[in-house]
Amino acid sequence: MKRFAKYLGAACALSLSLASVGAMAQEKVKIGVSIPAATHGWAGGLNWHAEQAEKRIEATYPNIDVIVVSANGATEQANDLEDLVSVQNIDALVVLPFESDPLTVPVQQVKKAGKFVTVVDRGLSLPGIEDVYVAGNNPQLGRVSGEYIRERLNDEGKIVVLRGIPTTVDTERVDAFVASLEGSNIEVLDMKHANWNRDDGYEVMQDFLSRFPEIDAVWAQDDDIALGVIEAVKQADRTDEMFIVGGAGMKDIIKRVMDGDKLTPIDVLYPPAMIATAMELTALKFASGVPVEGRYILGATVVTQENAKNFYFPDSPF
Amino acid sequence: MSSVERNEAPTKKTSGGFNIDFKALGPFLALVGLFILGTLINEAFLSGGNLSNIFTRAAFIGIIAVGATFVITAGGIDLSVGSMAAFISGAMIVVMNGLVATLGAGVETVLLGILLSVVLGIGAGAVNGLVSTKGKIEAFIVTLGTMGIYRSLVTYMADGGTLSLDFDIRGVYRPVYYGDVMGIPIPVLVFFAVAVAGYVLLNMTPFGRKCFAIGSNEQVARYSAIHVDRVKTLTYVIQGLCVSIATIIYVPRLGSASSSTGVLWELEAIAAVIIGGTMLKGGYGRIWGTVIGAIMLTTIGNILNLTDAISNYLNGAVQGLIIIVAVFLQRGDWRRKKSK
Repeated sequence: MKRFAKYLGAACALSLSLASVGAMAQEKVKIGVSIPAATHGWAGGLNWHAEQAEKRIEATYPNIDVIVVSANGATEQANDLEDLVSVQNIDALVVLPFESDPLTVPVQQVKKAGKFVTVVDRGLSLPGIEDVYVAGNNPQLGRVSGEYIRERLNDEGKIVVLRGIPTTVDTERVDAFVASLEGSNIEVLDMKHANWNRDDGYEVMQDFLSRFPEIDAVWAQDDDIALGVIEAVKQADRTDEMFIVGGAGMKDIIKRVMDGDKLTPIDVLYPPAMIATAMELTALKFASGVPVEGRYILGATVVTQENAKNFYFPDSPF
Repeated sequence: MSSVERNEAPTKKTSGGFNIDFKALGPFLALVGLFILGTLINEAFLSGGNLSNIFTRAAFIGIIAVGATFVITAGGIDLSVGSMAAFISGAMIVVMNGLVATLGAGVETVLLGILLSVVLGIGAGAVNGLVSTKGKIEAFIVTLGTMGIYRSLVTYMADGGTLSLDFDIRGVYRPVYYGDVMGIPIPVLVFFAVAVAGYVLLNMTPFGRKCFAIGSNEQVARYSAIHVDRVKTLTYVIQGLCVSIATIIYVPRLGSASSSTGVLWELEAIAAVIIGGTMLKGGYGRIWGTVIGAIMLTTIGNILNLTDAISNYLNGAVQGLIIIVAVFLQRGDWRRKKSK
């Protein structure tokens, strides 16, 4: 028995040393991906798409290793970045910053260490750090939502707005939305923060409903909020009075649009799959060497009943 | 608001016989003040629909806070309730969706979901209680740990996204939240029933007296032949059961659970308990105060939604201010009375 153990130990040691030799021979390119943890629906979709992209890239390019880490806050993310550089020794970084300002310098450090940097969604506060920038279009999301509401209501009506978590993303969307309504007779009755959260969306909408006897349209800005709003409107039995415009492209809402639900006639995309776009672009840089540097702004596509099936991913958690 | 209460306090105090009533009256007066404020801000505040919204919303935090009153009275703390609620909601949804295939989307499926919720709630409470008493670890640390565990479990179950209840079951289950008996929403009735049961248990049974004794002085309680560990564990079990009851009426509301479900509910529940006059260090607890505390917290949010006079960015500040003022008024009275 003892002898067997000895042999086993020797075999293990041998295979280990062989493995390390193998790794030395074929140096892998490491791509570190740092994203916010799945603390709300959209971020959940983000994590899911990052995981899918990781599998896809590692299967397609055997010499690329993708490491995905998620953080619960800006400070934690800054620590993650340090670890990716010093412990994992990455060659490229794909980062979706929790917040722009606090992460600008940490990402700059990564760049200074000579890594290829791809920034996703939230731009850094200093120009010229990133090699690739991939983002959705927040102002466009606000604008197309506003334009749709304006058109549907023939420039006249009363609407309420449910905002997200107070951040630049939210401000950019709301500012563009308000600007798009200028010159019309559409009255914004009030705007309140519903924090991109279903429960808050439900409660804020309940209060809007008891406060305003007449509402023609609701801009929920986000699909999680929209789901809460839908329940509140149903409960108040006022479904015939108004319609709701969400945003992001959550499968539940896309499904409703596809089924021709009168309450949710459209949805505006802000796809969490953008992380996959960024990861694929970065992988392409190392796999083929083609130039990928530049800025990629994904459009805020309007999803209608006609095109909804192109944006419906029943397997995604979001 | 404050001046009204200040004037009210001494008159009540002099009429010695009402001492006990007065203690309970503090938070109640603050609530009345808040209602007056709400009405002044917007007439829609007093509409039947709005009031029913407030009480129904308060039910979740309120029911959880009734359980927290036991834990805190006995000198403990439970930080895991929000995550626990999210986890139990998630587990209920997964199991009920799974049962549709075999049992169909009927009442049985919903009842099994409810049963699971109760079992999980009691189990989770027992874990918190046993690990902190038998394992001799501070409840703060134990429940901080379980808070992280339950939160991760629900995120894991939902793949980082959202768990949604099957639409056919939703139809069957929906009345538990949206239904009413003679115009009173079911969640409000459940809240009331839980509060009455909690009141009886805390104030009229030996168990309740033991909670007070342990919270006042654990050593003395131990020398008085009270099974301290058993009673403390039971308070966590009660807390778990309350979380499960809250979850049972929460799930049919939006039919979903995600990692953002129940975030910060633990702090809201603890705040409701303290606003209601229970002492954070234990030894004294008041169920009706807790009930009023929960309604107050919900009312503040509601009032802020009914006005656009205050910048949205300052909502948190207003909330914080009202909570501190409410507790200050109540404690201020209490201190003065003691010194006399």
